[in-house]
Amino acid sequence: MTTIERYAAPKSLDEALGILQQGEVTILAGGTDLMPQTRAGRIAFKPTLMNIRDVAGLSGVVLDGDALRIGALTTITEVLDDPLVKEFVPVLAEACDHFASDQIRNAGTIGGNINNASPAGDTLVPLIVLDAEVELASKPNGSVTTRCMPLAEYFTGPGRTRRAAGELLTAVRIPLPKPGHVARFYKFGTRPALDISTISIGIAGVMRDGALSDTRVAFGAVAPTPVRAKQTEAALEGRRLDQSTIEAAANAARDEVNPIDDVRATAWYRKELIHNMTKRMLDHVAQA
Amino acid sequence: MSLKHDIEFALNGVRKRVAVDVTMTALDMLRDVVGLTGTKYGCGEGECGACTIRVDGQTVNACLMFAVACDGHDIVTIEGLAADPKADALREAFVEHGAVQCGFCTPGMVVQAAHILETNPNADAATIKRGLEGNLCRCTGYKKIVDAVESACCGGR
Repeated sequence: MTTIERYAAPKSLDEALGILQQGEVTILAGGTDLMPQTRAGRIAFKPTLMNIRDVAGLSGVVLDGDALRIGALTTITEVLDDPLVKEFVPVLAEACDHFASDQIRNAGTIGGNINNASPAGDTLVPLIVLDAEVELASKPNGSVTTRCMPLAEYFTGPGRTRRAAGELLTAVRIPLPKPGHVARFYKFGTRPALDISTISIGIAGVMRDGALSDTRVAFGAVAPTPVRAKQTEAALEGRRLDQSTIEAAANAARDEVNPIDDVRATAWYRKELIHNMTKRMLDHVAQA
Repeated sequence: MSLKHDIEFALNGVRKRVAVDVTMTALDMLRDVVGLTGTKYGCGEGECGACTIRVDGQTVNACLMFAVACDGHDIVTIEGLAADPKADALREAFVEHGAVQCGFCTPGMVVQAAHILETNPNADAATIKRGLEGNLCRCTGYKKIVDAVESACCGGR
């Protein structure tokens, strides 16, 4: 049963934030997650359905100071094809290339992939290891205010985030990588297209004198949210990236994840994948 | 009673105005409200591509799109491509190569293939295969479809 009382398709951010301020709103962007999830009864519509697809100024990639700013309505195809993304954060383009199918990449938005908050969301793990922040706008008392939050802290559970009811995710900001920065992404699935990750791994850091610093490791599909792997990071940080460091990090990775059994894999298999693929990715970083 | 909303959009180049339930899919709107049944319902969750249409030139799964989101946009379906001389070579290539068996995936395949060739007129077999990843065919084993699209490249070569 749908209980939608109002449909709104604002054309400006100001108008959209005003509608969000007035009551409970379901936000529609690309629709590729919202449509199947509402049909399956996993998400119930709120009294207002707000289609933000035609809000001006929320899509596109720009350099903004020392960060890359990707508008929330930028489609996965647009991220994949963007020259700034390819130049500064190719690992994100790589993740977008593994994302669903052309039809879904053309409709789905990066803001939607973030707010759908799936533990297996394809862009989330690379964005976390790139230290991305989400930009949230609201209009609590007549004027627009914005706050930023590290993406690694944004997720609270499957489909749940720290976004307040009156807030709209307007962009994701990625600090420009430092010289020597390396970033890798791996997604395991049974076919390249249209597969939900069994696990995914992101590894990033600054490689200097054979050691990683500012190390970031994140895993997808092994917990209720995408997760930073702090113990794996600690096993790598500042240490010479040799076989014993790599083995210690891969072991730490297997020990710190706590996945579940589901249709895609058993918990045991996921832990083995995390160990083996973390090791392989670190071998590649060491050999590069 | 579910909420209805009036939308107006270009459908295969012709202005269309309809009232739709706000939770209706673009696919149901095309098939049941407008009466264009060339676009097929396969899986209903974006896996099979039988419902592929073009919105502002980009291909999308009509089963994942809200009909209300068509408002103000330019929609092209297989019926639009059937009337488009630019798609003649592609249609004929599907026939010549035996790329149509039961035919259920064909409208989605042709719409997606037209998009691939428009985006990349010199697409090779690998590019075509990647572009068709979101379209399932249970009959042909894909080879004849990929051959057909490849032969339609640059209007046949």
